Amino acid sequence: MPTTRLALAALLAVTLAAGCSGGGGTPAPEPEAAAPAGPVTLTYWTWAPNMDKIAQVWNAANPDITVTVSKQAGGDDAAAKFLTAAKAGNAPDLVQAEYQHLPSFVAADAVADLAADAAALKGEYAEGLWGLVTLGTDGVYAIPQDSGPMMLYYRKDLFEKYGVEVPKTWADYAEAARTVHEADPKVYLGSFSSKDPGWFAGLAQQAGAQWWSISGDAWKVGIDDAATTKVAEFWGGLVAEGVIDDQPYFTPEWNKALNDGTQLSWPSAVWGPGVLESNAPDGKGKWAVAPLPQWTAGENVSGFWGGSSTAISAGSKNRAAALKFATWLNTDQAALDLLVKEAFIYPAAAKGQTSLGDPPAYFAESQPDFWQQAATIGTTARGFTFGPNVGVTYNAYKDGFDKALKDKAPFATAVKTMQDATVADMRKSGFTLAG
Amino acid sequence: MTRLVPTGVLLLGALYCLLPVSWVLVAASKSPAELFTLGTFAPGSGLLGNLGELSAYRDGVFWRWMANTAFYAGGGALLSTAVSAVAGFALAKYRFRGRNLIFNVLIGGVLVPSVVLAVPQYLLFAKVGLADTYWAVLLPQILHPYGIYLARIYAGAAVPDSLLEAGRIDGGGEWRLLRTVGLPLMVPGMVTIFLFQFVAIWNNFLLPFIMLGDDGKFPLTVGLYTLLAAGANQPSLYNLIITGALLSIIPLIALFLTMQRYWRTDLSSGAVKG
Repeated sequence: MPTTRLALAALLAVTLAAGCSGGGGTPAPEPEAAAPAGPVTLTYWTWAPNMDKIAQVWNAANPDITVTVSKQAGGDDAAAKFLTAAKAGNAPDLVQAEYQHLPSFVAADAVADLAADAAALKGEYAEGLWGLVTLGTDGVYAIPQDSGPMMLYYRKDLFEKYGVEVPKTWADYAEAARTVHEADPKVYLGSFSSKDPGWFAGLAQQAGAQWWSISGDAWKVGIDDAATTKVAEFWGGLVAEGVIDDQPYFTPEWNKALNDGTQLSWPSAVWGPGVLESNAPDGKGKWAVAPLPQWTAGENVSGFWGGSSTAISAGSKNRAAALKFATWLNTDQAALDLLVKEAFIYPAAAKGQTSLGDPPAYFAESQPDFWQQAATIGTTARGFTFGPNVGVTYNAYKDGFDKALKDKAPFATAVKTMQDATVADMRKSGFTLAG
Repeated sequence: MTRLVPTGVLLLGALYCLLPVSWVLVAASKSPAELFTLGTFAPGSGLLGNLGELSAYRDGVFWRWMANTAFYAGGGALLSTAVSAVAGFALAKYRFRGRNLIFNVLIGGVLVPSVVLAVPQYLLFAKVGLADTYWAVLLPQILHPYGIYLARIYAGAAVPDSLLEAGRIDGGGEWRLLRTVGLPLMVPGMVTIFLFQFVAIWNNFLLPFIMLGDDGKFPLTVGLYTLLAAGANQPSLYNLIITGALLSIIPLIALFLTMQRYWRTDLSSGAVKG
């Protein structure tokens, strides 16, 4: 479906354009936060697997509040679709919102501020995660559902074969990349993906980047800060040296390389086992995990790649009921058990850790303490505030790094492209920028 | 030599069109474990497994999407053909004020890609409360400028004015003339319009993607897309998507094979009458 991508690009462009010219649009009427009278029906857009089964459990116990799950396609298109629906006054009551898209929902007045009723949930979450739904303000715009702390997946058996240690620092990682590639020119330690901005954002978070921040009424955009540039130039150097592959992730070629052992590691997030299991079935029992390599020896920090929250749309007539369900879904022990078991997510709530039982089957032999490792690493992950136009930034990432790869240009130019495109778009949309 | 070159070019064209289809066919036979490990065109052993898994996926929602798609494409194409035929006949055979204006606007409509209209249509449908209903996908596809244009051209060429004149002298009303004289002569053109619209609606993605929120009303295109963009924290369902794509083109192929003969007979019957 080659037209599909074009069509989606058009959809995105139109929604963004609509967002620009609309100037906020008419604010939705404030619904009463009082308890609903009589039975209500809520619609919930999500792409997490088996969420309909989890909703059935809720519906059986709560005949007054019936939740209807409508399974959507995930990703950036889901955000565009929700924004369009919200603009038309047609949004579902509840929506799965990826952390990076939440600010764009807030900027479009598409999601409700839950601060009055949900602030008490703060204690359920690690501070870094809670910041992703407050955007560093006094508001609470969603309830965190899952998170994606990053770690290093590596082929234990092949690391031994090539005589490389698990890299403790990124300098070690570069050294290991050289060693492996020298031993066998067909083999790479890993790959730089010009198609996965979320991955790069996570690595930038680890390095301490702050791509967006809000001071007063003004946004500050710092995508080309020193930390991000450092990350970009590190990978650019390895690609230029030829010791790291430049195959985008999730392509058939990359899958094949993971599967046949010509690619030995992958800096990814806690949800990696699902990908490895389906894309590299032959590697079962051969992969292990370790914390991400660090920029300074002795440090211990990570970043986030992915993760999402449950937001309530501003137009929902049953906000109180929706919040009741969202709270149950994301913080109740029984619901967390279901999320882990049925929806295969890594829960954001701290007490969700106890729901994680046996390690993923893929890691049962090579990393039996997978969840303990993940929990330890999870506490070291730090995020940053996302801006209101992440879609533009992410597209600029793909364009910029594709171009840098093709022209063999320094990666810092791609980071500059991201910064410029983001700032230009925010100016055009009428955001106040500091500096 | 003069014959070899066109034949060669056509063969290349056929190969170009058939290669991706044959890839889908081969890939659908691979189990998830074989998908990325076997050679590109080496057949796998998982076709039946894939079919069973696809039918079982979320209690058989795939077949519901298939039925939805058949409804959207069949109903939409029928209605659209009817509207196009009547409008095209009127534009070709009657002289009235504003005829050229209407026709020029239609020609302009041919140039506007339907993709551009999807979001405004959605906003309009939401306003009248029809978004997220079957009508939301059906109605916008009924008026098809290109179909009307085609019907007008075809009616102009295939329905002789003298035949209509003769009917009028015999006392036939205009409505009866359309039914008994006009439409029968226009059948080959209508078959073409029907096929065009059927395929266009069958493959349409953006309009239903925007219009529909309820996954029980999704057509195949949008439904399969939910399998593809399923989030990263679960195994990807590539084998189901490929098998689903294969199943979703079978009705199209069947339709073309059965409708083909209408094209052929009517081209020749036109020649005899001409």
